[in-house]
Amino acid sequence: MSQPSTITIDGQTVPFQEGQTIMEAALAANIYIPHLCYQRDLTPDGSCRLCTVTVNGRNTSACNTKAMAGQQVLNNTQELQDIRQTLTRMLFVEGDHICPGCTKTGNCQLQAVAYYVGMLSSHYHHFYSYRKIDASHPDYFIDFNRCILCELCVRASRDVDHKNVFGLSGRGRKTHLVINSPSGELADTDFAVGDKAAFICPVGAILRKRTRYTTPIGERLYDLQPINVVGDAQQIHAGAKRHGNQN
Amino acid sequence: MSTSNLTTLPSFIQDVVQAYQGRPSYLLQMLWRVQERLTCIPAAAIDSLAKQLNLSHAQVEGVARFYSFFHETPRGQYDILWSDNIIEHHQGKSELMTTMMQKLGVQLGKPRADGRVTIDNTACIGMSDQGSALLVNGFPITRLSKTKVNKIVELIEAQVPLADWPTDFFQVRNNIQRKHLLLGEDFESGAALKVMQVKGAEATLADIDKSGLRGCGGAGFKTGLKWKLCRDAPGKEHYVICNADEGEPGTFKDRVLLQAYPDVVFEGMTLCAKIIGARKGFVYLRGEYRYLLSALETTLQKRRSQGLLGDHILGDPNFSFDIEIHLGAGAYICGAEMALIESLEGKRGTAWKRPPPFPVTQGYLNQPTVVNNVETFALAAKVLLQGAEQFAQLGTAQSKGTKLISVSGDCDRPGIYEFPFGVTVREVLLACGANQTQAVQNAGPAGRCVSEAEFDRRLCFEDLNTTGSFMIFDRTRDMLDVVQNFARFFVHESCGFCTPCRVGTSIIENLVEKIHHGNGTQGDLKDLSHISYVMKATSNCGLGMTATNHIEDTLQKFPQTYEKRLKWSLGLSPSFDLEGSLEEARKLAAMSNQVAEAA
Repeated sequence: MSQPSTITIDGQTVPFQEGQTIMEAALAANIYIPHLCYQRDLTPDGSCRLCTVTVNGRNTSACNTKAMAGQQVLNNTQELQDIRQTLTRMLFVEGDHICPGCTKTGNCQLQAVAYYVGMLSSHYHHFYSYRKIDASHPDYFIDFNRCILCELCVRASRDVDHKNVFGLSGRGRKTHLVINSPSGELADTDFAVGDKAAFICPVGAILRKRTRYTTPIGERLYDLQPINVVGDAQQIHAGAKRHGNQN
Repeated sequence: MSTSNLTTLPSFIQDVVQAYQGRPSYLLQMLWRVQERLTCIPAAAIDSLAKQLNLSHAQVEGVARFYSFFHETPRGQYDILWSDNIIEHHQGKSELMTTMMQKLGVQLGKPRADGRVTIDNTACIGMSDQGSALLVNGFPITRLSKTKVNKIVELIEAQVPLADWPTDFFQVRNNIQRKHLLLGEDFESGAALKVMQVKGAEATLADIDKSGLRGCGGAGFKTGLKWKLCRDAPGKEHYVICNADEGEPGTFKDRVLLQAYPDVVFEGMTLCAKIIGARKGFVYLRGEYRYLLSALETTLQKRRSQGLLGDHILGDPNFSFDIEIHLGAGAYICGAEMALIESLEGKRGTAWKRPPPFPVTQGYLNQPTVVNNVETFALAAKVLLQGAEQFAQLGTAQSKGTKLISVSGDCDRPGIYEFPFGVTVREVLLACGANQTQAVQNAGPAGRCVSEAEFDRRLCFEDLNTTGSFMIFDRTRDMLDVVQNFARFFVHESCGFCTPCRVGTSIIENLVEKIHHGNGTQGDLKDLSHISYVMKATSNCGLGMTATNHIEDTLQKFPQTYEKRLKWSLGLSPSFDLEGSLEEARKLAAMSNQVAEAA
């Protein structure tokens, strides 16, 4: 029998199966690589760049790079953490991420990643985006100013829910999330409680109405354990339990 | 849009969709038709297109709003776009544009109340050798002067149809200053194809390979190898794509080739088609070069009638190939082959997710595809005519043959210079009559800024890689103006897919602006370097990885440009001007400084 294929991540030997990405191999070995636009059941996007790792001396995104036997991957280095801190700051200044005023606080992956990479301030000038919120839907509202353009909702709605509710429009800094209806409003779609896209948003852009501040400070997801321990899957799972199949 | 347009919209859209047999990959071309008729792409048109093409509303909207030549709201009857490259600024663009806007009473980007005219900026339109320049309804007017601007204002006020404007306004010069192997010899249509017919496709490919020809778009991949990989890749169809999305500011060599040597370009594409087994080819023509479209179509038609395109080329029953021209719509990113293919398929021109399958195995419609630059195809045809050995004798060890250099900026004779690879920066400067040169921006804003100390460096793959753009700045120029212009360019052209490029380009622009205004600190310089480093280290594609080369170079080679403007030498960051803000408050309180101090 042939030896199982392995790579190393920060010196630790990690086995992988043919076809797996570096991210998948890392997750299977309980190694945390920071990420925001990656979710294990969806096709990787590679847009947030948080999962940038150094493979045999070259930087690449772990979520969409296939693991190949013998790769030496650097992940938890000071250099990469500095880079990730800057990327996180970029997302903070691009949108309106005022944690104390956001109901996602404590359960927000962007916030949790910011803690993990040691971000103490956003440092750069804020862009102060101004986009109308969409509160047309009976159960959800969308604050587009908090969207980090990770396309998780786009992919979940298209590939899992088969509803194709979201899309991206515009270019460059003007890129923004759009709702797939002639009116552009969420109420004119079949978006519903229980959709995967309804609880996949890693930040506070897609929020369930009437569920604000239900968990006391100190007991929220990332109050209990940091993101490198608890990851994001549990959040999705918790979200599914709380919101899914309620009707 | 008028009401009559609205009521006839669905049938108009139906005609447009039918004109392209309802193929969604032609979405960009359909949007062009809509834009031409309605001067914008209204939501109703998006809805109608989506329904008829069976695409989602968001998908069509996403495409329509990606390209800067497609507008959400109506444009003026005369839609004017001023080329906004730094070279045109140095040619007096700002003053001329301001004059035009004042005389016409129009604000930037907004149609005049009577709907007569809109005036806006656009990225370099490939006329730097004859600027300032603008596009009016897609047609370029170059060598603008005060007199010309005044005349244009008169024509617009008198509502003279564009067809009746003075024809010499629309003359675009070739400005060929130095010819060699590519531009020098006369070319007879079909000559290279006839050579191939005698030699056979296999020996032709061997010739291309032996010549050492490498892609002229910048990456320099070996052309023979690319064609061979594509030929050997399995697929239902194979495609040839000519990348004529010449968007690198300061480049115009492809424009000249397409204007003066289109036959050579098409011939090269046809050679490639025979070798890889393609029946279909595309020229992806940048929207800025739309004025060339009808002449190019005429040349294609001529080649068809000569038996050089279409079925059974040169009587060969196993050789059928035709070429279609697709129009881009104002997106620099589409010059990158992956984004170009997305755009050609009627999608948003974002870079492919990594790791890529390369186009040679999975390109257009997932089929094996060769994407080459205009110049590469033209050179391939010349290789066959001149012989691989002769071609390989020119240039350097790693860079064979000649290169077209688009020279613009501070020199006596801007234009196209064909030099063998390996020519030094100094030799080019000498040839074009440049004096007191401070810096050369080689290969465009994404390339390298070359200072005087490096003028003996050579233009070739081994040393200074070049896409052909060669912008000259003499000692009177402020390099920070150059940096600011480039920084704005990348904000406009980032596709927005990945965080570092989408956000980083704007942070860079903000920092450069702050320093330019005299409010910068040492800390801001440190931030510039750091953002540049992060963009290079993490961006998804080449655009983000190279978007700060100019920052990196100027910080290193022209530090005084930044430092003389710094307000504070400490690492402090005065994010607002305290005195300036107080001044406003004092004015509001109707108090002068003295009164305030006395109080």
